[in-house]
Amino acid sequence: MPIFTRNCIFGANNMLMPPVLRFRKLHFFSPSKEPSVSPEGSQITPDEDNTVPAPKHPLPSCAGKSKNPKERTPKRRRPREWRCIDTCCWAIGYFCTAWWLLLFIYHSLPVPAMLQPPESPGTRLRRDGVTAVHPVVLVPGIVTGGLELWEGRPCSEGLFRKRLWGGWFTEILRRPLCWLEHLSLDGETGLDPPGIRVRAVPGLVAADYFAPGYFVWAVLIENLAKIGYEGKNLHMAAYDWRLSFHNTEIRDQSFSRLKSKIELMYITNGYKKVVVVPHSMGSIYFLHFLKWVEAPPPDGGGGGPTWSADHIKAVVNIGATFLGVPKAVSNLFSAEGRDIAYARALAPGLLDSEILKLQTLEHVMRVSRSWDSIVSLLPKGGEAIWGDLDSSPEEGQACSFSTKKSPKLSETDLNSRNNSVKSVSRVKEPTKYGRIIAFGKRASELPSSQIPSLNIDEISRSSRTSDANSSCGEIWTEYNEMSRESMVKVAENTAYTATTVLDLLRFVAPKMMRRAEAHFSHGIADDLDDPKYRHYKYWSNPLETKLPDAPDIEMYCLYGVGIPTERSYIYKLSSTSSSGQCKSSIPFRIDSSVDGETKDSCLKGGVHFVDGDESVPAISAAFMCAKGWRGKTRFNPSGMETYVREYKHKPPGSLWEGRGMESGAHVDIMGNFGLIEDVLMIAGGASGREIGGDRVYSDVMKLSERINVRL
Amino acid sequence: MPLLRRRKPSTASDDKDKNEEPESKDVVEDSQQKPHESSKTHKRAGSGSQKVRWSCVDSCCWFIGCVCATWWFLLFLYNAMPASFPQYVTEAITGPLPDPPGVKLRKEGLMAKHPVVFVPGIVTGGLELWEGKHCADGLFRKRLWGGTFGEVYKRPLCWVEHMSLDNETGLDPSGIRVRPVSGLVAADYFAPGYFVWAVLIANLAHIGYEEKNMYMAAYDWRLSFQNTEVRDQTLSRIKSNIELMVATNGGRKAVIVPHSMGVLYFLHFMKWVEAPAPMGGGGGPDWCAKHIKAVMNIGGPFLGVPKAVAGLFSAEAKDVAVARALAPGFLDNDIFRLQTLEHVMRMTRTWDSTMSMVPKGGDTIWGAFDWAPEKGYTFRGKKQKGNETRAANGKDGDKTKYVNYGRVISFGKEVAEAPSSEIQKLDFRGAVKGQSIANNTCRDVWTEYHDMGIGGIKAIAEYKVYTADSVIDLLNFVAPKMMARGAAHFSYGIADDLDDPKYSHYKYWSNPLETKLPDAPEMEIFSLYGVGILTERAYVYKVNQSPDSCIPFQIDTSAHEEEEESCLKAGVYHVDGDETVPVLSAGFMCAKAWRGKTRFNPSGIKTHIREYDHSPPANLLEGRGTQSGAHVDIMGNFALIEDIMRVAAGGSGSDLGGDQVHSDIFRWSERIDLEL
Repeated sequence: MPIFTRNCIFGANNMLMPPVLRFRKLHFFSPSKEPSVSPEGSQITPDEDNTVPAPKHPLPSCAGKSKNPKERTPKRRRPREWRCIDTCCWAIGYFCTAWWLLLFIYHSLPVPAMLQPPESPGTRLRRDGVTAVHPVVLVPGIVTGGLELWEGRPCSEGLFRKRLWGGWFTEILRRPLCWLEHLSLDGETGLDPPGIRVRAVPGLVAADYFAPGYFVWAVLIENLAKIGYEGKNLHMAAYDWRLSFHNTEIRDQSFSRLKSKIELMYITNGYKKVVVVPHSMGSIYFLHFLKWVEAPPPDGGGGGPTWSADHIKAVVNIGATFLGVPKAVSNLFSAEGRDIAYARALAPGLLDSEILKLQTLEHVMRVSRSWDSIVSLLPKGGEAIWGDLDSSPEEGQACSFSTKKSPKLSETDLNSRNNSVKSVSRVKEPTKYGRIIAFGKRASELPSSQIPSLNIDEISRSSRTSDANSSCGEIWTEYNEMSRESMVKVAENTAYTATTVLDLLRFVAPKMMRRAEAHFSHGIADDLDDPKYRHYKYWSNPLETKLPDAPDIEMYCLYGVGIPTERSYIYKLSSTSSSGQCKSSIPFRIDSSVDGETKDSCLKGGVHFVDGDESVPAISAAFMCAKGWRGKTRFNPSGMETYVREYKHKPPGSLWEGRGMESGAHVDIMGNFGLIEDVLMIAGGASGREIGGDRVYSDVMKLSERINVRL
Repeated sequence: MPLLRRRKPSTASDDKDKNEEPESKDVVEDSQQKPHESSKTHKRAGSGSQKVRWSCVDSCCWFIGCVCATWWFLLFLYNAMPASFPQYVTEAITGPLPDPPGVKLRKEGLMAKHPVVFVPGIVTGGLELWEGKHCADGLFRKRLWGGTFGEVYKRPLCWVEHMSLDNETGLDPSGIRVRPVSGLVAADYFAPGYFVWAVLIANLAHIGYEEKNMYMAAYDWRLSFQNTEVRDQTLSRIKSNIELMVATNGGRKAVIVPHSMGVLYFLHFMKWVEAPAPMGGGGGPDWCAKHIKAVMNIGGPFLGVPKAVAGLFSAEAKDVAVARALAPGFLDNDIFRLQTLEHVMRMTRTWDSTMSMVPKGGDTIWGAFDWAPEKGYTFRGKKQKGNETRAANGKDGDKTKYVNYGRVISFGKEVAEAPSSEIQKLDFRGAVKGQSIANNTCRDVWTEYHDMGIGGIKAIAEYKVYTADSVIDLLNFVAPKMMARGAAHFSYGIADDLDDPKYSHYKYWSNPLETKLPDAPEMEIFSLYGVGILTERAYVYKVNQSPDSCIPFQIDTSAHEEEEESCLKAGVYHVDGDETVPVLSAGFMCAKAWRGKTRFNPSGIKTHIREYDHSPPANLLEGRGTQSGAHVDIMGNFALIEDIMRVAAGGSGSDLGGDQVHSDIFRWSERIDLEL
């Protein structure tokens, strides 16, 4: 039945455009219709395949027919044939009609009370008399900000000032290679490649919605508007999140703009200091800004030593990545991070399919390795913070953080009761979180004495391997320059801690790390007064900078807890890379076959989990506020107040709630009513004490105690 | 979803109910008879016919399915189509297109140099909702003005309510906050596909411009200029942004490109920024000299536009309500219970900014009963472009009777043409406003005409002729509250002594005839505008007898002259211009009043006039044309874009070739007797 199949495919093709829902309906339907049609369809003679039957029932006759039964006779003379195409059309028409009808009803009916969303914090606080007092600056994080094209290669014609990142992402489907080319930065400089200018979308639209319907800042903005905020006292400090922080100033003058904007808002709003709300990577971006603005030109903004004290009331960090995220390691090492590449989550099938000739991951790796900003997210503070081969601050943590309501983990809770004996034994052998990358499960569990010590510098990067065949060579990742022997050596039964993992990355991706390490540093300062710390590469590392001299500023760390968060990985050598097929040119893979013995184990799919907000472990988001900056320390010489506010994750109760009003997930927390209320109160003039000081659910205070950093 | 489609399903379901019974009988019969029939006639129908029921519902569904499938298929093809396809087709039909100026100038090696600031005009900037009444739920941060105007259709009264300002203060009504959209998106496209600044932006991007050295000074164009600062601190933002751009671009001064009313707004800004705080920005007397390289005014209504008078007087201007042009049928129909115009009038009368465009300079500029600078103008058809023809026409004009352009509003065509001695006028100013006789239907929509009563209306009609001076008195009479509000923000006179301390008040700042230009001799001022299109200049009115209407005056569209060369069409006298702004208003300041060192231009800022002769798009594929001279379409004029880009890349007025004039602007300016 050639017509049928052709038309159905043709139908399905078209269905790509309209909402997914319809697509699903039709798809669902047509197979069930098929059997009834097929006998007739099969009898269609081939010569008639070409003639698509014209509508033999002119519509106007419809009305007449029912009213005058006499007219039936002439009607019936016309041959009536249910062809396949008719069935398809009928089905489509039927569903469209039903869909529109439902849509119409949906729009015309009032929302029933049970489905009405609860009163938003903005409305409530407004009734309580909270109004806009301090201007608010929002600093978006990595990935969530939109990027648009200003100048491109011929393949990007017609995309001028269209979003390449954010929005519908349609261009990935239409011209994937072109898209990747335009989003990459120059491998040498970390700036624009010649002939391509991709710039951050400015204004609130930059990151209110990441994709249609997927809010980032929109809920917060709407609530702020309810208490009186608008364009003049609300600003989105959009920047190109692919660049290293200092380069955003060099290329786009983003810091200068932010400085001028804050000064302007401060003056035009009656000399009220600004509340800054950074999210995710935005918090270290803003940390960098605070240092930049007080540093003397040319490398700094020349605002003078009191600029922060004069202009800023509070910094409300949401899900801050102060000490980095282990995810960034796996992303750079094998392009396998889940969070950094949202695109993969949006179109998982696509990236694994053959569209890009099976090298999707390599493409992603090449592109993301050209983004300096990812390096800023590598774990900072080395073994002192993240633990060494034998111990880590989180060791002994149980892995059932989620509330029992969580459907995912309810089963683990049950099991934990049954296997209480086992879990006791597990506590005796705590997970060695300090080994951020371990090759093989054995290496992740061995006592440190049995792990071969490996000096990575000794492994020679033998000159270009001959076995790299041509199909691999198309996409250049730095792995192409490594020899098989050195890969094996790297992988032999070894484990890497937060400190040595940097050496590992330097070894596997020397060019990237050389480029990026001119902009970022990941250590802990011994002596903060050392003049070398005036260099901008230290500014985004809270362990290598002092906070500005502004005792009145309040530092908040708001973040979600109760979701398992990636903390360390078990890797294996990718077996296919040695074969002639060259299926993958990334030689390392997370060993997803490794699972914990018990179901409540923190080890799943080759990844050890700890408490956090799905992307950032609690220790990274909280340590500075909980300990590093608390009171007068060497990192916080003026003794500005710090507050830790945790929001326990509670998944949405039903589908109606969308992404939930009590979510603690990294991005979804921006719609958490508790968090929004806190931000609104602060913007409305409340101090940290007035909103209730610290609010801690996790054992982050205990963890911080265990970390031994000189303060 | 489009309305059209939604309507179909409902009819289909109606039919379903009716059809059900007869159909079921039909089916029974069908199943009995069909096998015989089909076995005789068609082989293939045999098996199918058993379950075939071509009910009406099915046909409808089938039809809808067909339409949808085709639609999606076309959509799919359209989306899969390479982006260069339309251009390819265009080139195949019309021959190769000239390079856009951006590409051309890039080949010449021009690069981005000076930061560029755009100042949009009235109407073209987008406005979005930040806080609204209950009826506007779900529109938070959605565009009320600009975009698709979907809300005008969905909830018209709600929309009018939100777009209106407070009648007393000219600021937000309580509980409603509508704010300008910020950034380049504010005015790149007015409606989808209808560009305003987009073409210019795209061309500037070719030579290296981007967000960091381009800035759209979006403001709420409904407010009076000073109120934008009071409410939104817009002027402070523009100042801060220009300072920032100059600083981050290595100290290179900014090129300002205002359009339409933006021209007046920027004039206001230049005075504001140098005036001392709190009324001004406190930038010091050399702020403009330090930060501005050139001001390139596009279609600037420096001296106002006669259209604004008609708009305020009877809500009939074409330009002020572009919405009407977009949906002409809509506004005249019954949805508003025949009061569309009244609603529009009430809404626009709350917008102070429309009063900034009332003709300025009075009779001195716009002419008196028997005299006007444009006297003797005859419209040159597109066929006779030559200069000689035009000169000849000018001479021939002596024989023909002149149009009395000075009479901005006259009641009746005879009055408009009669010599001044024959007109008998009764002064309306003292007329008593009688009791309102307005019928009930008008009460919902309150315009100030209600307070006038028949006596007032008669008095106005009997005064017969209004010149630019008396037109302001007229407006004061018919709309005293609005004018009182406006008088606090705008002034329409000519200054006798510019050093008079009263001129330091902000209400004079947007009137070029009552302010001095800043002390910045290196700055350049350009006046770029289109010519060759008939532009409204004076109106013939009549008293509206219709009982339905609450606006007692109407343009007398029956006043018409048949001759093709006539300037009187449908009650409106036309002169040369860009369809909205007469040449005189756009060109006079740069042609005469600011040329050289005058009292309005004490530091001798150089001025240049660049006119662009209108030539309509040759065919539909060209869209709105690349050589248009129309008020908004000129923003896509390649020659104009090239001029702007050359200046932005560092050129000066003489590099462009100095003045470029097609109209009689210099001759007309000479006729204006203004002390300089």
